[in-house]
Amino acid sequence: MHIMEGFLPAGHAVAWTCISAPFVVAGARSLKRILAERPEARLNIAASAGFTFVLSALKLPSVTGSCSHPTGTALGAMQFGPGIMAVIGAIVLLFQGLLLAHGGLSTMGANVFSMAIAGPWVAYGVWTLAGRLGAPVAVAVFLSAFLGDLATYVVTSAQLAAAFPDAESGFVGAFAKFGGIFAITQLPLAVAEGLVTVVVMNALSSRTPRIEGAKA
Amino acid sequence: MSARANTLLLGAAALIIAAPLVLNPAGQFGGTDDAASQVVESSNPGYEKWTAPFWQPSKEIEGLLFALQAAFGAGLLGYVIGRRHGRRDK
Repeated sequence: MHIMEGFLPAGHAVAWTCISAPFVVAGARSLKRILAERPEARLNIAASAGFTFVLSALKLPSVTGSCSHPTGTALGAMQFGPGIMAVIGAIVLLFQGLLLAHGGLSTMGANVFSMAIAGPWVAYGVWTLAGRLGAPVAVAVFLSAFLGDLATYVVTSAQLAAAFPDAESGFVGAFAKFGGIFAITQLPLAVAEGLVTVVVMNALSSRTPRIEGAKA
Repeated sequence: MSARANTLLLGAAALIIAAPLVLNPAGQFGGTDDAASQVVESSNPGYEKWTAPFWQPSKEIEGLLFALQAAFGAGLLGYVIGRRHGRRDK
């Protein structure tokens, strides 16, 4: 879902960086507070970071005949809130942008917004809502990871459409075009991510007294 | 949830990932990032890229770095799950 280096006009690149930066700063504060108040959370935060590192390194084939990667950001968002994922996601994106030329520094703000902010917030919102509606934990985890993953790619499509609106159909036409590349490819992959997240969440919570904040 | 349910879920995920290779063997399976970049280039011929990656790894080195990223993440995740498991067994 990365927007490649140089593929956002300078104005858009700066704007997304300005939008994303406060989230990352707030996330770093939140991370610091959680670590100070609940040192035992360290392990599960590390697991959430590990999950995001693995999943975003896996480029998986999709029915559309192209490859894309899951994001893994829902796991941490469900347990600790979406804030800390802004930091963890930014670190992953920095690694890929600097060392792999996947994404880039100028597009970092936009990529952080889609993968490390929008995805986790949607995941957290779905998780909270599903809990309130009384959905079984496994269903809530699945929906959260599935929709969080998908949201990342929908946002990326919108970011590109905003930067490159179609000559005739404008933003909507361009959004449909980029959505056709990103979101359709991502659908089955998001389902797979949802299933795997249920298993990992299960492995992390069932053998401990209780994950703080998780309604397991 | 039971081990059986976990196995079923992981199996279903593996099927979803493997299915495209069987159903669409002629697929190119290129990256969506590149596909989007190509769309931008073809529909906005006037757009000039104003930055470029300052370093682009070769295909082999790219594979190495992706493997390292995955190994690091899997190691971290496995360590935590292993610790949790061990605690229960004590």
